[in-house]
Amino acid sequence: MMADSGPKEVAVIGNTDLTSAELDNNIKNTMVEIEKGTSLLRKMEISVAEAEKRTGKNTVNMQELYTVYLIETRPVDALTEGITPDSLWRRYSEFELLRNYLLVTYPFVVVAPLPEKRAEIVWHKLSADNMDPEFVERRRVGLENFLHRVASHPVLCNDNIFYIFLTEQDKDWKEMVYETGFQAKADSRLKAVNAAFRVKNPDGRFTELKHYSDDLQTVLSQLLRVRARVADRLYGVYKVHGNYGRVFSEWSAIEKEMGDGLQSAGHHMDAYAASVDDILEEEEHYADQLKEYLFYTDALRAVCRKHELTQFELEMVALDLACKKQQKEELVTGTVRTFSLKGMTSKLFGQETAEQREAKLQVLEHQLKEGEEAVKEKNTESDEFVKTAWVDIERFKDQKDRDLKEALISYAVMQISMCKKGIQVWTNAKECFNKM
Amino acid sequence: MSRTIDAVVSPTQTNTIPADISGQMLDLDEDDDLEVFSKDSTLADGNMFNASMQTSPGSMVNQCKFEEDEEGDSKDIFITVDNPESHVTAIETFITYRVLTKTTRSEFDNSEYEVRRRYQDFLWLKGKLEEAHSTLIVHPLPEKFVVKGMVERFNGDFIATRRKALHKFLNRIADHPILSCSEDFKVFLSAQAWELTTYKKQGPGFLSRMGETVRAVANSVRGVKNRPEEFTAIQEYVEDFSNKISCLDKVTQRIVKEQKEYLEELKEYGPTYTLWSGSEEELAEQLKGVAGCIERCCKETEEQVGHLSDTLVPVLHEYVLCAETLKAVLRRRDNIQAEFEAKNETLATKKVDRDAESSDLGFVWGSLLGKNPEEARHQRQERLDGEIEELKEEIDKLEDRVEWANNALKGDWGRWQRSMRGDLKSAFFSTAEKNVDYYEKCLAVWETFLLSQRTEPSEETDRDNTP
Repeated sequence: MMADSGPKEVAVIGNTDLTSAELDNNIKNTMVEIEKGTSLLRKMEISVAEAEKRTGKNTVNMQELYTVYLIETRPVDALTEGITPDSLWRRYSEFELLRNYLLVTYPFVVVAPLPEKRAEIVWHKLSADNMDPEFVERRRVGLENFLHRVASHPVLCNDNIFYIFLTEQDKDWKEMVYETGFQAKADSRLKAVNAAFRVKNPDGRFTELKHYSDDLQTVLSQLLRVRARVADRLYGVYKVHGNYGRVFSEWSAIEKEMGDGLQSAGHHMDAYAASVDDILEEEEHYADQLKEYLFYTDALRAVCRKHELTQFELEMVALDLACKKQQKEELVTGTVRTFSLKGMTSKLFGQETAEQREAKLQVLEHQLKEGEEAVKEKNTESDEFVKTAWVDIERFKDQKDRDLKEALISYAVMQISMCKKGIQVWTNAKECFNKM
Repeated sequence: MSRTIDAVVSPTQTNTIPADISGQMLDLDEDDDLEVFSKDSTLADGNMFNASMQTSPGSMVNQCKFEEDEEGDSKDIFITVDNPESHVTAIETFITYRVLTKTTRSEFDNSEYEVRRRYQDFLWLKGKLEEAHSTLIVHPLPEKFVVKGMVERFNGDFIATRRKALHKFLNRIADHPILSCSEDFKVFLSAQAWELTTYKKQGPGFLSRMGETVRAVANSVRGVKNRPEEFTAIQEYVEDFSNKISCLDKVTQRIVKEQKEYLEELKEYGPTYTLWSGSEEELAEQLKGVAGCIERCCKETEEQVGHLSDTLVPVLHEYVLCAETLKAVLRRRDNIQAEFEAKNETLATKKVDRDAESSDLGFVWGSLLGKNPEEARHQRQERLDGEIEELKEEIDKLEDRVEWANNALKGDWGRWQRSMRGDLKSAFFSTAEKNVDYYEKCLAVWETFLLSQRTEPSEETDRDNTP
């Protein structure tokens, strides 16, 4: 067993050698880029306008029903000229392919998530059926949002594959994507897990980010689940009041003096019961905003994993270099510092000749040179990654804070609207009861 | 046949009406009976909401309306039921309630009484009142015990609900122009425990009560033949009303249940925002703010549910019981009429008998025994005549009884309807009012939060969020 003497002089121990001033500068530059309007979204209007059902043969040659989405694009200034938008149809699996391509090609980017493939965390009145028009509609909105996120990203918006995805129906886009060979570049899951366990000095910020992602995922899942249950119960309360409407109406028929008051009060109860549908539909939109960030945690973790992998590879290469150096040292000085098979065999079978040693030394020198190159490369790679990733993470954090702040405000606005409706209905009902 | 005031009140009781009960009741002959009742019912209603009951604007409106009808007569008896206490004896454990009476009525020796009564005593009082005034509408008592949910008899909520219902029961009787004059009522309010026990033992014994019951059953089997149209109309109404009010009772209880479940979930919802705030920096303040809002809304929801349970649920439940009381009252009225009709039929038969040719068995026997046929016939005639006379007298009494019963019911019916309208209107109004209040409070909570968000200085461009 080789003792680890710790190769300290070679590897970059994960800490960025950028000063904080340089970091800030990077962020500022990115912001400026966005503001300068280099993002695609500034130039082009993108929308997912419609959804349609199609039938076709799937990969196992069976008929299946699937949904396609119409992507419309047109230049921003075309609005005034009344040009009709270009359009093409894409199905969900193509969106997935696009995203996977982006994930692999730009591993330092926190890539926006797609909306749910299947409806989960829904309250019971909302259908979990993929074919349900409400679900399809929400997914349409989610896909549009995804495209906007990508199109406004300073790096991703320039990707050609993305551009073709948006604009050209004729070309076999799928083939094009496969031809980029991105699948080969994808890191195997096993490799990533292995690296996560064995990495020794990851950048502390990434470790922190990973923990944050996990926490955020846990808390958002819980929040969404409880919200769905609350929505369920609220639905129940409102709908039962509908029974008042029915019974008041029937009762008013047998009363002389109370009849009118009861009848109109009944109408207000019906209105109250009906109002919950709109209320909950609006809230669903809020839930979708939270869900996007729930799914974003996967993207965050992916970036952290990539860092761990890169760092791990660097560490491995550095370790290898250190080993080789040690071997050279042993060869040169003729001392065997640590227990090794070589040492054993040489003791048992005699030392090697000078020529043999010389040959070995040359090989080692060569390997050392290669190793140093590799370390240098990996170092640069790791540095680059950390730098670019952290810029994007800061961008993401700002986006997240802005978006969620807005979401929470809109939630408060929704609650206020619900309260106002309640006040109106019950004030009306109160008047009716007064006339009884 | 002249009728005394006593007979107007009740043909079976012997107590006189105290002199100071509403001057209008004296010096009236029979033709004004109906008027008496309708006048009296307006008098009584105005005092439905006494000091110890919460007055909502709705009930105050009600009170004002009836006070206009009153001729300046004010409430002269105030009763409260409170202070439940548990008593443990060798045989049983039971609860007694303090019944406090303050009155200026002259038939009471004192102006204040404080006694303790248990549920059994209330049941006794109700029974006596119904016995004496079978077609008056006596406000229902709370049920013996709640079967649904197997609520323990000594559970705090159960006792509180029962106490309120008992309080209402006594006050309704006190408001009733006829029932409040009952001697049983007076004894109930004033006698000490042992005095009451002694008093209870008086009166018709078990056997005679049995006889009454048997007769009532027999009559109800026979059925009534010529029920006046107005009572049929009332019966149909009561059927419908009973259905509707039971429905409303169930719906309201369901709402309470759903609201409670909503509250449970809401209590878990707020803390998730607090939990989230622990992971965030920029958003922490805001998230805690949202958590705080939800928590405050929880409190308001709890209050709203409580109000519903305290105000609307008991009133609806009371009227479910009222509907049953009404059905019983209508049945008793029918029985009285049935008895009268039965006697009439007997009279008719007897008359036929008397006028029929004497070819009956009695005559045959008489001739066998050596009686003079002429004499026998004469004897028989005399006997039948006697019986007919007796029957006629009985029938007259029964006719009175029917008319009295009908009038009592008609008068009380109007009174009950007004009372019902007032109670239900008030309860629903109060509920609606509380709901408005609930939403207003929640609105304030969220608006405050929103305001705090908008006044925060922000580094990015101000986004215009219009609600």
